[in-house]
Amino acid sequence: MAELFKVLVVDDEPGMRSGVARILNDCCINLPEMKTDVRFTVSEAESAEQGIELIESQKPDILLLDHKLPGMTGLELLIKLTEKKIDILTVMMTAYASLETAVEATKNGAYDFLAKPFSPAELKHLMRKGSSRILYKRQARSLAEEKKKVRFEFISVLAHELKSPLAAIQGYLNIIHERILGNDLEVYDTMIERSLVRLEGMKKLIFDLLDMTRIESEQRKREFANINICEHAKKAIETSALAAKERDITINFNGPDNVAMNGDVLEIDIILNNLISNAIKYNKDNGKVDVDISSNDNFVIIKVSDTGIGMKDDEMKKLFRDFVRIKNEQTRNILGSGLGLSTVNKLVQIYEGKVSVQSEFSKGTCFTVELLKNSHQNLKEESELPANKIMAKTE
Amino acid sequence: MTVLKKVLVVDDDPDILDQVELVLKAGGYDVSPANSAADAEEFLNCTQPDLAIVDLMMEQADSGFILCYQIKKLYPNVPIIMLTAVRAATGLDFDGKTAEAKSWVKADCILDKPVRPEEILNTVRKLLGA
Repeated sequence: MAELFKVLVVDDEPGMRSGVARILNDCCINLPEMKTDVRFTVSEAESAEQGIELIESQKPDILLLDHKLPGMTGLELLIKLTEKKIDILTVMMTAYASLETAVEATKNGAYDFLAKPFSPAELKHLMRKGSSRILYKRQARSLAEEKKKVRFEFISVLAHELKSPLAAIQGYLNIIHERILGNDLEVYDTMIERSLVRLEGMKKLIFDLLDMTRIESEQRKREFANINICEHAKKAIETSALAAKERDITINFNGPDNVAMNGDVLEIDIILNNLISNAIKYNKDNGKVDVDISSNDNFVIIKVSDTGIGMKDDEMKKLFRDFVRIKNEQTRNILGSGLGLSTVNKLVQIYEGKVSVQSEFSKGTCFTVELLKNSHQNLKEESELPANKIMAKTE
Repeated sequence: MTVLKKVLVVDDDPDILDQVELVLKAGGYDVSPANSAADAEEFLNCTQPDLAIVDLMMEQADSGFILCYQIKKLYPNVPIIMLTAVRAATGLDFDGKTAEAKSWVKADCILDKPVRPEEILNTVRKLLGA
């Protein structure tokens, strides 16, 4: 891959301009850190006035600017560019390389300085630095745009997910309000029940959303402690026990009494609660859930398997994305926010682990989560998350 | 005895589906509910409804648009009402009124959710010309 940067040299000395052009037109700089080569194409201007014209018409990437020019000076040109909000990497070249000019130029947005006379090597060195800077900046910008897009998508889906239950509840209330089925209150009972169920779903979505923002915002101080994950698994089983009992689902814990790891209690509980409550929600009546905890040298392994409705291959693929809910005949009456597994996935990344899923349609599903036992051993307080975290933060 | 007009209602939200069904039945229509575009297609293959009410966002964000297109291809004269909660949320504006919108929105009328019972019945009556 090669990048071609447009360079504009503004200098009133023709010899200077052609010299720079000759050096740069022939040179190719390799930037291994950006995995690219950089080449240059040079145009020339003999005054600041002509320079501005060329900057506006050609939009160069790099400006090599003499300070002492007839008419408008180099510094004045720099100020003009700032006024016009034109962002261009500028290197000042001047024989009057005093500290004062340097400071003044940097204040006005110049990137660096070349003291005349300079050698081809000095020029190339500066061009290498400058090019790499431009490429980094571009990368950062496209990352920021990507962030914005992801955020917008997240918010529109969130809005839809919140509006759907509202529309359903409002619809029922309208029907009840207008007594469409007559004045006998009992005929509206199912509608009231359904409204309560949808409200419960909304509440769940909001709580899951809070879990997720808590993980993703750097505001929350993560507190690491040596914990026994078996204890937490048993606690999560208890939390889900009522929901399981309602549908005669049995939950078994299999594992030793103690498996130690270094982790944040809230995060570990979120992982366990999500996996276990899913195994119950997507189970069949009279089904079974097995929670297995084990460990090897470096990892704690959590395995949650159910005898539930299972999934098809294409459904499994999108499982860990935000707001993905598998929609089919079996799941249409199951409440869920579509955030649980994507949150689990994010947490697993933080623990340098992995999550995998095996499933057979209408037979059952098994989630396996591996978490590095000592992923944060050396960090008393961890506030930096890995770079691949999702950007849907509340500002 | 007059034959009741047949209305196909398609929505993946079971509650909205129940509500529209209930309102239409109370208004004297014969309702066929479908909870997915695929379900609706199956129905359409053997039966021609007098009118269809279609949700926009189902399996995919544009399932409703595609379904409308398919209905019009099979039965060009069957009027379609599109129900949507999306318009306000995304700022995506389509009202099917401008010529440009008519060229790709194949619904005869678009209603924002939540829809009041009266509004559904009035729209259905208007489109069926009764």
